Amino acid sequence: MAVIALDRAPAIALPRGIRRSRRTVNATATVAITGLFVLALVPLGSLLWTAASRGLARFDVEFFTNSMLGVVGGGGGALHAIVGTGLITGATILLSVPVGVTAAVYLVEYGRGWFKRTVTFLVDVMTGIPSIVAGLFAYAVFSLILGPGMRSGVAGALALSLLMIPVVVRSSEEMLRLVPDELREASYALGVPKYRTILKVVLPTSISGIVAGVMIGIARIVGETAPLLLVAGYTDVMNYNLFSERITTLPVFIYSQWKNKGMDVAAYDDRAWTAALVLIAFVLLLNLVSRLVARLFAPKAR
Amino acid sequence: MAPGGSLRGGNKNGERAGDRAARSIATAAGATILVALAGVGIFLLARGLPALRAGEGDLPDGATNFWQLAGPLAFGSIWAAALALLFAVPVAVAVALFITMYAPRRFAGPLGAIVDLLAAIPSVVYGLWGLMVFAPLTAGLYGWLGDRVGWFPLFAGKTSATGRTILTAALVLAIMVLPIIASVCREVFIQTPTLSVEAALALGATRWEMIRMAVFPFARSGIVSGAMLGLGRALGETMAVAMVLSPTPFLMTFRLLNSTNPNTIAASIAQNFPEAYGMEVNALIGLGLLLFAITFAVNYLARRVVARAHPGG
Amino acid sequence: MRSRLLPTVGAAALTAALALSGCAANESGPDPSSTPSDTSGDSTAESPQTDPTDDGGAAVSLSGTLNGGGASSQGPAQEAWRAGFSGLNPGVTVNYDPTGSGDGRKAFSEGGLAFAGSDSAFGPDEIAAGGFGSCADGSGLIEVPVYISPIAVGFNLPGVDSLNLDAATVASIFTGQITAWNDPAIVEQNDGTDLPDLAITAVHRADSSGTTANFTDYLDQASGGVWTEGSVEDWPDSLQGEAAESTSGVAETIVGTEGAIGYLDASRAAGAMGTAAIKVGENYVSYSPAAAAAAVGGSTFQSDRSAGDVVVDIDRTIDSGEVYPLILISYLIGCETYADPSQGALVKGYLEYVASPEGQAEAAANAGSAPITGDPNVEPKVAAAIASIQ
Repeated sequence: MAVIALDRAPAIALPRGIRRSRRTVNATATVAITGLFVLALVPLGSLLWTAASRGLARFDVEFFTNSMLGVVGGGGGALHAIVGTGLITGATILLSVPVGVTAAVYLVEYGRGWFKRTVTFLVDVMTGIPSIVAGLFAYAVFSLILGPGMRSGVAGALALSLLMIPVVVRSSEEMLRLVPDELREASYALGVPKYRTILKVVLPTSISGIVAGVMIGIARIVGETAPLLLVAGYTDVMNYNLFSERITTLPVFIYSQWKNKGMDVAAYDDRAWTAALVLIAFVLLLNLVSRLVARLFAPKAR
Repeated sequence: MAPGGSLRGGNKNGERAGDRAARSIATAAGATILVALAGVGIFLLARGLPALRAGEGDLPDGATNFWQLAGPLAFGSIWAAALALLFAVPVAVAVALFITMYAPRRFAGPLGAIVDLLAAIPSVVYGLWGLMVFAPLTAGLYGWLGDRVGWFPLFAGKTSATGRTILTAALVLAIMVLPIIASVCREVFIQTPTLSVEAALALGATRWEMIRMAVFPFARSGIVSGAMLGLGRALGETMAVAMVLSPTPFLMTFRLLNSTNPNTIAASIAQNFPEAYGMEVNALIGLGLLLFAITFAVNYLARRVVARAHPGG
Repeated sequence: MRSRLLPTVGAAALTAALALSGCAANESGPDPSSTPSDTSGDSTAESPQTDPTDDGGAAVSLSGTLNGGGASSQGPAQEAWRAGFSGLNPGVTVNYDPTGSGDGRKAFSEGGLAFAGSDSAFGPDEIAAGGFGSCADGSGLIEVPVYISPIAVGFNLPGVDSLNLDAATVASIFTGQITAWNDPAIVEQNDGTDLPDLAITAVHRADSSGTTANFTDYLDQASGGVWTEGSVEDWPDSLQGEAAESTSGVAETIVGTEGAIGYLDASRAAGAMGTAAIKVGENYVSYSPAAAAAAVGGSTFQSDRSAGDVVVDIDRTIDSGEVYPLILISYLIGCETYADPSQGALVKGYLEYVASPEGQAEAAANAGSAPITGDPNVEPKVAAAIASIQ
């Protein structure tokens, strides 16, 4: 509010006409900026309203305890898709977090010269890889090994890892840079080798930020549809095995419920919107928790 | 003093065995990224190459060579993404300004989180929403535009009655990339040196003048790189476009309101891959390679822009 | 601080893992992931407990996993068949991935699937070339028309539920020669219907599709030369019009737009929009399962194929009776002899169920298809083909 006071006080000294036109411009800008902000929220409101109002119809116990096995028309649930999402996301985390965090350690603690510049640049490029390209890549790799008809959870996890690694590298890199050099110096002064310093001082200090970054990464990949449609496929039964057979995830479940409807159209639409609602709620939760983790467990040193 | 002489950055002199191993592991992780990207390029090239070389009769839709197929799709991707940026950048900048400069400090975090929610919604949900809710809403507006300003080349032609035009697809894309651009902008706006802000205000600048004098010059490269990031995302967005847009193969047009629209590379891959057979699969992988190359170029340009603005940074 | 964080995150992950490991309440059979799901030749799926050459069909208790995929048109019908079949054979898991006909044929010939659903059959030379992954060496294919579905010409005109249209008019609408609903060509076929002066928005499929292939084949055969683009899976580029992704996209576009018209699986048009009665001979016939089945009964089979390879040449120009020739026929494709006899027994059991009166009735209820049973021209051929599977 102090800013507003600053706005006014000195302007009084100026000629009246100029003052008014400047204030008009300022007021117009304020209105325009506020207006555009509100405008940006309109689609969000509409989306959330649509998902909530249409998704609540099937937000019931059956939806969370049943798969689609043997379901014709109404009923059934998305447990298989929820489990599939969990498994593929878990595999993606296993693939991308170690690589991502270690690469960030390289960039911050070890990297120098052209190789560091190259890796930094490639991480940027990787951030921009379209998800469908990642899916095609996973298809190209796995169809070479397993034959063209292949569908499997690991192929999906490989595609998603390509999307998640740069997010993890980016956020971890930022967090590692935030660790004050004084901490490293103190550790070195005690004769602790560099790798132990990284393991025992640098990483623990920044772990909350890294965890938060990983959660943002999960939020980024958990809604991916296109690559999983290409390589993980759709099934309506539970599948706990990432290495063979199709695994359904929630976004693919939404898409296939929308696309392959039977006579009882409403039953399929309801399931699609409920799954959408569950997915949105999950990503929301991830975002909130990551903020909470970052805040609650932030190192006091900074 | 650190063993080896520097705190961060490498120095190979006098390393212990454990340190050597740690360095190797970390470097290997960095190399993994290089290998992964090279792998993407090599695999897509290997599987796409037959289509790049194929002639008439082998390619889908009776195309005589790969570029006849790919050209209009590349055009569609770039045109839709450019339109999306045209809408998204001003709004994203305004959103970031509102959060960082206008709203009270303690609301900044929650407001940012709300805008970030837009990024949390899966693209297939955007597709459902765009098809069922948004496109029918725009149809009326397009009818009005077509009647009133149909003489303007962009709005010419028979106006779509369904609203499933490239303009609608671009608007949906704009909504999807908005939070990405806004969050980059927010970060750079916050970092505007307090000194410049206070100096501008002390000189009697209004808040808007302060933004123009202190914030924008400082943040220009950040806005550009945010926009480029958004462009990359818009180019690659698949499901929402596939579900919302009404595409026509081989079409290249700038017209915004027609039922016939150029398709995008990503949507075309998603639509045709399930039915693809033989050479068509290679052609689609070739298209994926092209899309990869385009986004690579966009990201490279974005970095160049940022690097020029902050030499050495 | 960190000492508190790691256990918290760990506990959260553990809770999530426990929650996720629960079984679906509706799945009591063997865990599908624990049964071998590789359907190629070396599959070790549990053998059925009886001799696979036994013709007992439903009496045999089968177990194992059967993977199929292909035509998305069969999706809702496969849903019903899989549910019915697993009800009879609790030990069997049947998967069907409705990704598309081309994908199904591709995956089947490379051995990724034990059977394929497809809106078009393999060509005789493709079959002669052999090399199908799931089949024994030198085995031919069986292809049976098990899913017959009328394609509706659906439209959105307030207050109008049905229109009479001949094939030439439909072709003119979709080629853009007729652009308004009160065009004389439409008005003269629809005495007494109040047709508005409203622009026509013709909606076609954006993805390649068997529905498009059958619709254009109908126009090609029946429109008397108005349609010049032949029978194609991909909508011709030269024609203007609105394109929509998948049947659902077409249905929603029509429902959302006044003045829209499109072709789509009849099950999705019923109740949601007005539908056209098409001209057959001197009459206008609305789609119905019976009229669609009659169109198959009146057609001939391709003669250059083996006994198990039952492929219909649909005659779209039938000119008498309650016949609706705008139909889609979708096939199930399998091997005559499977490399793995237990897979052969599973496929045989499943197809027997699909072609049975119960199976066809289930499909009719969930997908609005026309039963093949009761047609003396088709049923015995299909039954004989399925019986020959080994």
